Amino acid sequence: MSNENLNAIEPQNVKVYTVPKMDTSHIVLSLEESSRSVAAIQRREKIGGIITTILTYVILLALALIVVFPFYWMIITSLKTNEEVIQSNQTLFPSIVMWSNYVFVFQEFKFGTFLGNTIVVAIFSTLGTLLTTVLAAYAFARLEFKGREAVFLIFLMTMMIPGEMMVISNYITVASFGWIGSGQTLLNAYLSMIVPFVVSVFYIYLLRQNFKQIPNELYLAAKVDGKSDWSFLWKVMVPLAAPTLISICILKFMGTWNSYVWPNLVTNSESYRLISNGLRGSSFTDPDTGRTNFGYQMAGTVLVTVPLFLLFVIFRKYIMRGVGRAGIKG
Amino acid sequence: MATVNEFKTETPSLTAVNDFFLERPTYKEGYDQETNTVIRLVSSKRNKPGKEKKAYKVTGIDDVAAKNNWKAWLYLAPALILVVIFLIYPLINTIFISFLKDYSYVTGSFSGMTFENFGIILGLTPYNGVYETNFVKYAIPNTFIIVFLTVPISTLIALMISVWLNSIKWFQKFLQIVFFLPYVTNAIAVGMVFSVLFDEHGIINYMFNSNIVWIYAATREHAMVPLMLYIVWSSLPFKILIFLSGLQGIDKQYYQAAKVDAASSTKILWRITVPLMSPQIMYIVITSFIGAFKEYTAIVGLFNNPGTTPGDYSLYTIVYYIYDNLNSHTTFAAAAAVFLFIIILVFTFIQLGVSKKRVHY
Repeated sequence: MSNENLNAIEPQNVKVYTVPKMDTSHIVLSLEESSRSVAAIQRREKIGGIITTILTYVILLALALIVVFPFYWMIITSLKTNEEVIQSNQTLFPSIVMWSNYVFVFQEFKFGTFLGNTIVVAIFSTLGTLLTTVLAAYAFARLEFKGREAVFLIFLMTMMIPGEMMVISNYITVASFGWIGSGQTLLNAYLSMIVPFVVSVFYIYLLRQNFKQIPNELYLAAKVDGKSDWSFLWKVMVPLAAPTLISICILKFMGTWNSYVWPNLVTNSESYRLISNGLRGSSFTDPDTGRTNFGYQMAGTVLVTVPLFLLFVIFRKYIMRGVGRAGIKG
Repeated sequence: MATVNEFKTETPSLTAVNDFFLERPTYKEGYDQETNTVIRLVSSKRNKPGKEKKAYKVTGIDDVAAKNNWKAWLYLAPALILVVIFLIYPLINTIFISFLKDYSYVTGSFSGMTFENFGIILGLTPYNGVYETNFVKYAIPNTFIIVFLTVPISTLIALMISVWLNSIKWFQKFLQIVFFLPYVTNAIAVGMVFSVLFDEHGIINYMFNSNIVWIYAATREHAMVPLMLYIVWSSLPFKILIFLSGLQGIDKQYYQAAKVDAASSTKILWRITVPLMSPQIMYIVITSFIGAFKEYTAIVGLFNNPGTTPGDYSLYTIVYYIYDNLNSHTTFAAAAAVFLFIIILVFTFIQLGVSKKRVHY
């Protein structure tokens, strides 16, 4: 539909038409006759532009407020007493600032345990992913071997399959390794949360594209200097692809921090689980009333959200670029 | 895409490369411009006096590559083994399990092949004398409602925000970061925040002066509202990021030409921006469709149950059904997964078919 309009703009499609003679007496041709001066038209356009700009800012700021509001509400609710949270008159700022909510959550929520588990799983699965990704991406980008295109195609095709298809069988696979079930140790739990995730086809693809951009002359020059493929990879390719590798590391870490389903499936004990499981699994009930205390609950969510925000503040560039290229969460 | 430029400016330093080339080789080689190969002159130390065969042999880089065929497989091995064990085998195995009768994952035993599992989840065949209704009554409709409401709404909002963001001069970067914030969150944590916002005594009811029950013990229709809002809210940042980078890549000449022709801003949006953005829009629509078909964590975050009260399944989605039955009824979960896989495949192919006609690359 819009094809013709687009083509019409391109210079090669501009045609010269001869306008047939017709009665044009009613068409106003001069500004004077239209009783508007150039200055008036310009002023009008300027005013229109300013109004549009102001409107755009107002709408954008309103939408930005909506986007940020849940975060604001999370923080202030985490500092309120439960009475204030559920009272009929909602307050935009806590009347009594309850830092003790955080103290309670640190004691009840076992934040330290979950944090420790999450960091261990994140570090090892990130290191593993980096290693498999770098090696495989290098093989696909630089080395020549029979069946390269076929294997790469199979890899790419696995990206199109929903992960839920794999979860069921992976659960059975991990169970057959003896990593889950009764008598699960902490090491078993870690292994079952790390090993299935030390390979990512998408990151292999991402890094391969990056490796391919590195000029071939560097590779040939390295060959002239008698360098092996191995040392070329680690001394030239990896340093040059550092921004992509950093993006992969951070996205992988965020993925582990946010993973909920798999740790929930494969762990037996509460104390083996990761931070999201800990957050959702804790009841946050007030020991006195036996009801859910929203202040405690929100203090817990703040503790889970803040590390992610810190990461974002430090590595914003890498996260946004990585997500822009990657396009998958976690 | 400005990836090539980025590569140049983002290079941390070329010192690594310099260091690398400082170590000079001991033998001679030359680069043949015409054949585009490296000629390597390798001195052979094994040659004993009197038994000289060749002082040098000439090798092209292509032979070296061909000789090291097995080396390439070695590089590939870790990833390949893991992909086979955790991606390819499970895919085949899950399809296989979905056809098994009386399967137990603990022992691996089963009593035969059957199509019954699909019949059971679709409520056509009774299981132990009872018809399973939750999948057809809740899981499938909920999944489709989520897909067909949240994807168009969030895509449209994201497109509008991106167009507006692209048109402003001041605070553009700042607002861009603000709109990206929901991406950097934990789905469970923010789901819990939304459940507080929509609490019976929460801020939303207070602002609109209503006392509707949205979360705990809410009706299915009411519970869908916070759920949809949460899914839209959390899916905006990624879309805005992709759209904005697409908008920034559009040649300004199109807009200047449109201005000369005095085209209205709505006309510019629908006749220039949207067609030129069609590859990004198609990409976003396909990926969000797949994502929305797999909705699960939003429901866990908001409700902590497949319903608004324990024992209620009115908020089941297909994926929620899969995870809920994975342990107790593995074959049903597998059948549901295959069902989901087929739906996603069909939709993706339809969308790719549409994109061939409508997308301007």
